[in-house]
Order: sequence, then structure tokens, then C-alpha cells
Amino acid sequence: MASEKKEVVLSATVEEPLDLLRLSLDEKVYVKMRNDRELRGRLRAFDQHLNMVLSEVEETITTREVDEDTFEEIYRQSKRVVPMLFVRGDSVILVSPPIRAS
Amino acid sequence: MMPKNMLFDIFKFPFQLFFSFFKSLVGKDVVIELKNDLSICGTLHSVDQYLNMKLTDITVSDPERFPHMVSVKNCFIRGSVVRYVQLPSDQVDTQLLADSCRKELADSKAKQ
Repeated sequence: MASEKKEVVLSATVEEPLDLLRLSLDEKVYVKMRNDRELRGRLRAFDQHLNMVLSEVEETITTREVDEDTFEEIYRQSKRVVPMLFVRGDSVILVSPPIRAS
Repeated sequence: MMPKNMLFDIFKFPFQLFFSFFKSLVGKDVVIELKNDLSICGTLHSVDQYLNMKLTDITVSDPERFPHMVSVKNCFIRGSVVRYVQLPSDQVDTQLLADSCRKELADSKAKQ
């Protein structure tokens, strides 16, 4: 049986959505997560579920509180840094390619 | 006669990047954060294709909030309830990881 080996060239163009992520490998990305969480970190690997490994991650968690007297909404942000993080894809809302410096 | 396993090979999960990655971390200490905000620190004992994980010698980061977990020493975690896994950064070869990721992308493109 002749096995036909298809030549695969990973091009530098975006043909499908995941290509955008492929071109972001080893770059800083922004990830919006469910439960008002955001991540900024360097993309090390991902798969088609959007499972990802990020390094030098900063996570921002936004919590909302309502002031009892004025009924004003208060948003609080807490941040933390994780050196290496695996993120399960089902909590991911969006991934935005490199945050360019300047 | 065709061995029984061959049948299963056809249906074998084709994308195994993170499965292999976690297999390489077996025996290392990780912190698994669940979607209910429970954080479990322990030694990775085993992992399967669904990224279910078994941890041994566990401790809970916030025992006041989850007092029922204090006496648990080992546990099996269903992959779907995981939000994050904090990894030991010195045990992760980021170059190798990125290369395997690119290889898997190329393989999946070849199959299309």
C-alpha cells in the first residue's frame, strides 16, 4: 500500500482561527476567562480545546460588591502571579494575540 | 487474527499533547485549582486522556472554607472540574513544549 505523505507547511498566514494562536506561540497573550478572571502570560502550548500552558502569568480577578448604603457598585481587582500555569480550555472565553510593547 | 487492541487504536484519542505533557510531570508537586475555587496541592500520581488526575499526599490551601477536605489524603479529580494547574516551572521545558505543540498542529493539518 502506497502511503501518501502530505507535505505540511505551517505558513505564516492566518487561514483558520487557531492559526492566530499558533503565530502567538512564545508571545505574550491576553486570555479572558469565565468568572471575571483575566490572564496575561506567555503562550507556551495550546490544543484545539484551547487548553493552554502559559508562563509568567498574571491573573486578575474582578469582584463586584454593592455598597449597602448608597447601592453603589464597587469593583475590586486582585492580582497574583503564577510562574507556570496549565489552563483548561472550557473556562476560556477569548484569547487575544500579543500585547505589543508601546 | 487481529489483536483486540487494534480496534481501539483506530479510535484512539488523536490529540495527546497535554496528556503526554502531564505524564511527564508524574511524581512532581502541583496545585490544582478547581472551578469551585478549591485549591488542592499534592503529588501528581497519574493522569489519563481526559486529563482526570490522581493526587497523593494532598493539602487544601483554604481549609477553613473546605473543612471536609482536611482528612482527605489522596484523591481522584475529574478533568472537567479543573480550572488551572499550577506547575513547577523548573520542571517544564518550554522549548520542548512549544516544539511538540507545533508538531501536533502539523500532524492535525496533515490529517485534514
